[in-house]
Amino acid sequence: MSELVKAGVRALAILGVALLIPAATPAWSQTQAQTQRRASEFSLANGMQVVVIPDRRAPVITHVVWYRIGGADNIAGQSGLAHFLEHLMFKSTGRLKTGELSNVVARLGGRDNAVTTHDATYYFQRLPKEHLKTAMTMEADRMRNLRLVDQEVATERQVVIQERRSVVDSKSLAILDELISAALYLNHPYRIPVIGWGPEIPKLSRELALEFYNRFYAPNNAILIVAGDVTEAEVRKLAQDTFGRVRPRAGLARPPRPAEPPQLAARRIELRDPRAGSLSMQRFYLAPSYKTAQPGEAEALDVLVTILGEGPTSRLYGQLVEDKSLAANAGASYSGVALDSGTINVYAIAGDGVKQAALEQGIDAVLAQFIKDGPSEEELEQAKSSLIASYIYSADNQASLAQRYGSNLVIGRTIADVEEWPARLGRVSAADVKQAAAKYLDLQSSVTGFLIPQAEASEAAAGEKRGEARQ
Amino acid sequence: MTRPVLRAVATCLSAVVGMLAWIGLAAAADIQQVRSPGGIAAWLVQERSLPIVTIRFAFEGGSAQEPAGKEGTAGLLAAMLDQGAGSLSGAAFQREMEKLATRISFDSDRDFFFGSFETLSANLAKASPLLKLAIDAPTLDPATLERTRAQFLARASLEAGDNNKLANAQWMAQSFAGHAYSRAIAGTPESIKVVTREDLAGYRTRILARRTLHVAAVGDIDAETLGKVLDDVFGALPAEPKLTAIADVKPAAVPKPTVVKFEGPQSVAIFGRQGVPRSHPDHMAALVVTQILGGGSSEARLVQEVREKRGLAYWVYSLLVTFKHATVLIGGVASPNEEVAKSLDLVRTEFKRLAEQGPTQQEVDGAKSFLIGSYVLSLDSNAKIAEQMLRSQLQGLGPDFIAERKAGLQRVTRADVVRVARSLLATDDLSVTIAGQPTNLAP
Repeated sequence: MSELVKAGVRALAILGVALLIPAATPAWSQTQAQTQRRASEFSLANGMQVVVIPDRRAPVITHVVWYRIGGADNIAGQSGLAHFLEHLMFKSTGRLKTGELSNVVARLGGRDNAVTTHDATYYFQRLPKEHLKTAMTMEADRMRNLRLVDQEVATERQVVIQERRSVVDSKSLAILDELISAALYLNHPYRIPVIGWGPEIPKLSRELALEFYNRFYAPNNAILIVAGDVTEAEVRKLAQDTFGRVRPRAGLARPPRPAEPPQLAARRIELRDPRAGSLSMQRFYLAPSYKTAQPGEAEALDVLVTILGEGPTSRLYGQLVEDKSLAANAGASYSGVALDSGTINVYAIAGDGVKQAALEQGIDAVLAQFIKDGPSEEELEQAKSSLIASYIYSADNQASLAQRYGSNLVIGRTIADVEEWPARLGRVSAADVKQAAAKYLDLQSSVTGFLIPQAEASEAAAGEKRGEARQ
Repeated sequence: MTRPVLRAVATCLSAVVGMLAWIGLAAAADIQQVRSPGGIAAWLVQERSLPIVTIRFAFEGGSAQEPAGKEGTAGLLAAMLDQGAGSLSGAAFQREMEKLATRISFDSDRDFFFGSFETLSANLAKASPLLKLAIDAPTLDPATLERTRAQFLARASLEAGDNNKLANAQWMAQSFAGHAYSRAIAGTPESIKVVTREDLAGYRTRILARRTLHVAAVGDIDAETLGKVLDDVFGALPAEPKLTAIADVKPAAVPKPTVVKFEGPQSVAIFGRQGVPRSHPDHMAALVVTQILGGGSSEARLVQEVREKRGLAYWVYSLLVTFKHATVLIGGVASPNEEVAKSLDLVRTEFKRLAEQGPTQQEVDGAKSFLIGSYVLSLDSNAKIAEQMLRSQLQGLGPDFIAERKAGLQRVTRADVVRVARSLLATDDLSVTIAGQPTNLAP
């Protein structure tokens, strides 16, 4: 057993992470560190799920409410609605004035924000622990009592239009990303950007937002996560007094989503943009998510991308950047915490003077060899160790810890699924990784995108963009 | 595939915000002052609940110490130190770090050269010699340098496509013309191309020295063990650095907005002027003024007027940024090309309104309680505590910095805020840079 694995196992035991090491992998078989769960959960009478994650190092709490509704649940023509409603949730209720929730949190020394993803919408506050009840009271209030005024809705819509311009339209890589998603999914709504398409955001109205809110925002469609210096008993009492008083909605279910048909042909996208600095390539493959995968498959994908493309010791970096000087940077990642599908991303930024075809051939050669031979035992062991180390390090950050549980539970996974991840990772074999590579690094279900600095951009214009200013 | 879309952008989008004022206040962490047998000082917080040791350290230096024309030297050196040292090749060094689940990295801002070391405490004895190697005996291998240079060039060309970075860089360039702070912090394509291996080696021997070293450690380690690690890792460094003197400086006023042309639907405008330095008795009051004007709260006046009431921007902010030799009040806004002039008018109007009429008592109380209370959030992980302890040392504060900060903020009265706002929020010397294609700008 490597030093790291030993240290990692000890660390996990200290963290209270369940670790049931099977006998399948010799390197892991000697350890049977079985420890207690970290997080605990219960439900309120109105159906709201509650998870408590102890972290007693500082007198602060992270308070998050997750709704099981997101950008992929918007109906056609209303892209961006879930995200627009998220903005509007900071307007008034019967008790709270517009903006008051954030202002109260700020005055108490806290931070708040909200995020919309394809599968979920969540609202969080980070606060000194004595203010947990205040946060819960306000969050429970806006769960059913939102009031929207036309003028405020119109102004906020302008803010969202500006948001789209800032985070997408001004950034060539973000535009490419959006185009690739739209091509990767033929029918499933993961093809539609969460923030909404430019021409559709202006059509989002107060009525649409309220209709969405009245249908999906309720305690029986929500998960409360509290991480920090607090006990389960304290959270239970406070949750009953606040969220416990919110009426559930009958007939609540996530609407069925359009299904993805079989993918039969590779797709290609080329975006030419004068703002693009270097030639770069982004390839996305469809892959199962932790929710849709066969047991162990998603874990094998995590190991796969770590060996292929995580950091300077990875195959892509070693071969493309170090050995062949084809790329300035190269790597891979797996995005697997999603309801209906995951993706594998392989990317490279071209080296000086390297052409599109050479870059792509270089990447394909690395992938082909990996599919043929699979990983070495050393690579396998090292990748698992790195992943476990990341798991341990991320427990240093309370917000990341809360995020780990919330993002998994909101797609229907369990605390055990989250906490047994290191053990399941330990069971991944070289054959599993090889098989996952052969199955999912399949061009037929992929999109290859290139960002190309526009040829027409003259030297003078390029110089100006680098900051040679005129007054 | 989940792609989060944030509601409010973090306040520190801008490139010049590396040293943004730390906000907030916390339950006092139990900070020990440690001195190694060899005389190296550090601040330590023991925290046994995670099996991790985190060490952050810094040397005075930063990009301000780069020779003119060689901008990017410090950044390149930072990127090279963990890519081969002693008898270990770059790949071997990286593999060794992975085996030990240890993270070693280096970084540079305008004034300091930073190092970060994180390891599982069980692996400390094997991991700290790696850190020593990176500091004492980096290979600076020529082929690795060329690869790293290519990455820096790729990043520089990427940043040429970022209107926020362009507007910030232009603001620094014109406000500090003739001073080291005017130069591109990560280098320009031209300067990155001419930095040599000798430049990196020269910078390392000039800057990495014991007298200007500051260290903060947090985690599963006691004072005695830390002392030994300090001597092992840093003991062989020269005692004295060879620093070029950097003058204190104030930003020059450039009355007319400067436009950096950038294609796209939005313009990013950066506005700023002289701030109130940390050493000045009014510094805390200036933090309160800046918070009321455009701090990270939706209550802030700029956020209210530009975003909440008119929908002219997704993000707008103001910040007090403290460099070692300058302090600036700086802010930014991203608005449509045809509306950015209107946003800037609103910014000027809010400067004037707050300067002339002052804030309400409620605003002062709210800003103070935010600045005091939220500090705990910047001390809630080992990594953040180490970072705060290091920054506090670099700012010349003592280990009681948490209590001092709280007391300083509590002492600020509305009268102080009114007085400081009057001088801090002058608009006649407010310099503006814009990256975009703005229309309707005043001639």
